[in-house]
Amino acid sequence: MDLKDKVPQHASFTQHQQKWEDPSILDYSRRVESPFLAFNQTHTSQIKVPVQHGVVNELVQASKVQDWDPSAMLDNLSFLEQKIHQLQDLVHLIIGRKGQVLGRPDELAVQQQQLVTADLTSIIVQLISTAGSLLPSGKHTLSAATPSLEQSGQFGGVVFPSAQGLNDGFQPPNAGGCRVSGLPNSVDISRKHGNEQNHIIEEHELKDEEDVEEGESLIPGTYEILQLEKEEILAPHTHFCTICGKGFKRDANLRMHMRGHGDEYKTPGALAKPNKESGSEPTIIKRYSCPYTGCKRNKDHKKFQPLKTILCVKNHYKRTHCDKSYICSRCNTKKFSVIADLKTHEKHCGKDKWLCSCGTTFSRKDKLFGHIALFQGHTPAIPLEEAKAPAGPSDQGDSNQAANKVGSMNFNFSSNVSSESEVQSSMDIKGNVDDPACYFSPLSFDTCNFGGFHEFPRPPFDDSESSLAFLLSGSCNYPQKSGED
Amino acid sequence: MKKQKQNNPFNLVAEEIIFIILDLLNRNSLAIKSFSLVCKSFYAVESKHRCSLKPLRQDRLPALLSRYPNITHLDLTLCSRVSDASLSLVSHSCASSLRSIDFSRTPLFSTYGLLGLALNCKNIVEIDLSNATELKDSALAAVAEAKNLEKLSLARCKSITDMGVGCVAVGCRKLRFICLKWCFGVGDLGIGLLAVKCKHLCFLDLSYLPITNKCLSSISKLQHLEELVLEGCFGIEDDSLAVLKHGCNSLKSLDVSTCQNISHNGLPSLINGALGLRQLTLAHGSPVTSSLADCLRKHSMLQSVKLDGCFVTDDGLKTIGNWCASLRELSLSKCSGVTDEGLSSIVTKHGDLRKLDITCCRKITDASIASITNSCKSLTSLRVESCTLVTREAFVLIGQRCHLLEELDLTDNEVDDKGLKYISRCSELSSLKLGICLNITDEGLIHIGKGCSKLVELDLYRSEEITDSAILAIAQGCPGLEMINIAYCKYITDCSLLSLSKCPQLKTLESRGCSLITSLGLKAVAVGCKELTKLDIKKCHNIDDAGMLPLARFSQNLRQINLSHSSVTDIGLLSLASISCLQNMTILHLKGLTPAGLAAVLLACGGLKKVKLQATFRWLLPLRLVQYLESRGCMFQWKDKVLQEKLDPKCWKLKLEDLMP
Repeated sequence: MDLKDKVPQHASFTQHQQKWEDPSILDYSRRVESPFLAFNQTHTSQIKVPVQHGVVNELVQASKVQDWDPSAMLDNLSFLEQKIHQLQDLVHLIIGRKGQVLGRPDELAVQQQQLVTADLTSIIVQLISTAGSLLPSGKHTLSAATPSLEQSGQFGGVVFPSAQGLNDGFQPPNAGGCRVSGLPNSVDISRKHGNEQNHIIEEHELKDEEDVEEGESLIPGTYEILQLEKEEILAPHTHFCTICGKGFKRDANLRMHMRGHGDEYKTPGALAKPNKESGSEPTIIKRYSCPYTGCKRNKDHKKFQPLKTILCVKNHYKRTHCDKSYICSRCNTKKFSVIADLKTHEKHCGKDKWLCSCGTTFSRKDKLFGHIALFQGHTPAIPLEEAKAPAGPSDQGDSNQAANKVGSMNFNFSSNVSSESEVQSSMDIKGNVDDPACYFSPLSFDTCNFGGFHEFPRPPFDDSESSLAFLLSGSCNYPQKSGED
Repeated sequence: MKKQKQNNPFNLVAEEIIFIILDLLNRNSLAIKSFSLVCKSFYAVESKHRCSLKPLRQDRLPALLSRYPNITHLDLTLCSRVSDASLSLVSHSCASSLRSIDFSRTPLFSTYGLLGLALNCKNIVEIDLSNATELKDSALAAVAEAKNLEKLSLARCKSITDMGVGCVAVGCRKLRFICLKWCFGVGDLGIGLLAVKCKHLCFLDLSYLPITNKCLSSISKLQHLEELVLEGCFGIEDDSLAVLKHGCNSLKSLDVSTCQNISHNGLPSLINGALGLRQLTLAHGSPVTSSLADCLRKHSMLQSVKLDGCFVTDDGLKTIGNWCASLRELSLSKCSGVTDEGLSSIVTKHGDLRKLDITCCRKITDASIASITNSCKSLTSLRVESCTLVTREAFVLIGQRCHLLEELDLTDNEVDDKGLKYISRCSELSSLKLGICLNITDEGLIHIGKGCSKLVELDLYRSEEITDSAILAIAQGCPGLEMINIAYCKYITDCSLLSLSKCPQLKTLESRGCSLITSLGLKAVAVGCKELTKLDIKKCHNIDDAGMLPLARFSQNLRQINLSHSSVTDIGLLSLASISCLQNMTILHLKGLTPAGLAAVLLACGGLKKVKLQATFRWLLPLRLVQYLESRGCMFQWKDKVLQEKLDPKCWKLKLEDLMP
């Protein structure tokens, strides 16, 4: 079913290429673009060094421009340009100050330097986050990033020379680096995608079913539907410090962090949960919609089933509409988009001994058989050690490879059997497997000498050989003689 | 002859017509052989015509396959082993023609041979892999490549599991017939998948599988299932059956024997929808009471019911008598609780019975026989073995009233010469068993010889009063005799064997314990009975090597021989090696047998599949020799039986009765 949904989208991909903001396309455009993404990221991760020369920005822009809608791109570029100008000013300032600082390292200069550095890192953070989220879509990141730009502009001149601010300022690039390091994986996946398509699709389906089970039956209209945009869902941090730009997953963590920026953030009002302040209208139940059109969790779907919490939205979106970038390090086969799923899997990875021909493994036999009953053409894969493959020993852990080999074994053989001599040679290879084959020599009555057998015991038989030889020589001719009579 | 008929009249006859003639000849292999030896053109025609092949040895396969290009059915059961090389040869020579292959007794090939077969022989529809106990799932994965497969037998493939069956289920969608008897590794999941994937299944044998109702629900959805065998499926219970509302509607035959957990509560769930049910087997199951019998009241198509070994009540039998169906076949063998009253109530209502088995119904008397013979005049098969309360007068009734009998089993009964005289009126009789009938003499058998000219099978085991004149009458009167058992008929001499040598169709001769017969008589049989395949001359002390020589020369079809306690030595045994068919040999207690001679014999008889030997030889034969022979496909049975004393037949019979309940 999912397959059917996806195929027409593939077909219409070229038509929609211009409307790149169409969420149904996003997933694909992202996949297609991911090699570039990786390319860009290698530069953005090094941004701290080349940014002083002001070269990298063109690089980033140039590589980006290739794939994006020009008009939307222009907005982004102008925005970037604006930021770069600010950055350039700052860099000029730094260069000017640095000379002085080096000459006279007095207290004021140090303080100023700290201030500027904090300011600079804040802008770099903005730039990175803008550039990073620009790559998949751009549009939303723009709006999301603009206020923080204004804020940083506002706070640019304010003196906050605390050591913590400085440290915090250095961390976001690292966080960005983390994301970058995660990305090459997704590139690999997109390359493999063609092979793995069946696998991924059916996993989607399974997950969807799980989601349905979670679903509750609320009467439509009795609740408020919220729909987060894809970028919000995928953003690693949803709460950013307005001063230093550090991102947090949780609001509470941000508030704890804010305490470091001054006493005004330590008041009970500032530390209180923002929801509780505006707790006057909590009667309306909030439910969430997935931004992916066509998804059952999307509000436009006929049988729309809302998601309960933001966490549900995040997990659902990642599981269902994202590449699975986390690969199990044990089996190298199972992929997950939610890291918690990977951890759950890793707990019992290796115990999945029930293997389907499509490469999917199951920890339970009945699950495998249910899977096979459901999908046409899938068949149980017999473990290799049993199949006695002539190819020799293979990695037990790599079940994907095993599945490939099962397939290739068939293929090899079908080519082998086309000519008889090749069959013979393949027989020879696995001669030890088929013991009787070693013995294959037409043993008829006249070959009763014992020299012919490979495994025939000379020593134990020597005792009786003389008498036996006599018997044989005497009796071998016997029936023939009687035949002549 | 050939030179003269240069314009052979057969050249004018179309090949199709000769094929039709050959079709008619097909029953007699010797006739076909003679035909092909007439001339080159006949040879060629015969080669083209033959479509089924049953080779004895795999080393002859290359020649055979090149001679017969149109083989569709290949039976390899007689080959002691079939290597992958042979299989690849088969799969190349008969790539398109082969439709059916039978390996049911030849386990010595691997997955690769099967895979090649499945991939090359695209038209193969039938594979029999029974008894391949070593067969693994990977072999079934190979079988699954045979996409057109319709019939697959895997009986006693103990090593296969759900995974293998799953492969077959997915690969062979056209499967219609599958036998999984004794495949203990296969459970609900495999069977369930089979039922889901192979929608055309019409025969399903699941005997002794550890299955439960889980797979029954998917089986019940099979639209074409006609025959279902659930023998010994202990996991199937009444409670679970209740879930199935209608069961399989298309079912025609159901076997739930030995399913003790299915009673009158569960059975209706299985069969209620199946109004076309013809055959039902409830053997060794729950007691046959009126409530159980009531379940089947409405099945009007029912023709055959087997209740062997069940406890039966009179009420149950009376209810069976009230069914709307008219039974053709009823088996009550070894049923306890069958009385004259119950049996009479059945047979009076089901007058159309063709086959009736009341073996070991020990409570019935002459009254039952009277009502049976009165109502069921069209009986063709009647088994009355060990009905000890039936007197000799009752057997007269059988002969008087049931003239259509073809099969009659009177083993261990009081029947006498007068009874036989009347029974000889059954001119259609082909099988007559008179084992342990101590009251019969030559006189009765002479009547049989005169009246029953169509006799094929005669069992006179331990009917001690029989002498040569009876056998002479039988041999003269029944030229079609194929099997005769004269074991322990102590007055039998070589004269009997001389008379039997006039029966050219004789295939099986059991003369165990006939101590008067000698090698001379055996020679006559060997010369006269070319078709002889089974010979049992155990305890014939006067048979020695001189008897083996004619056997070796003339009985080229001999497959099985029992020489225990005879006077045959190494030399005689070794001469038997020239019988290429010889597969099964029992040679216990041969005084003249030496280890060295035995080794030579075993090596020389290349086709041996099964040898019964005394356990002492196990240590006297070189271990490697035994291993080599086993790898060649020969199976050894080491017997460690102490020589038993000669028993008085009556004493022996009493002993047997003591054992029975």
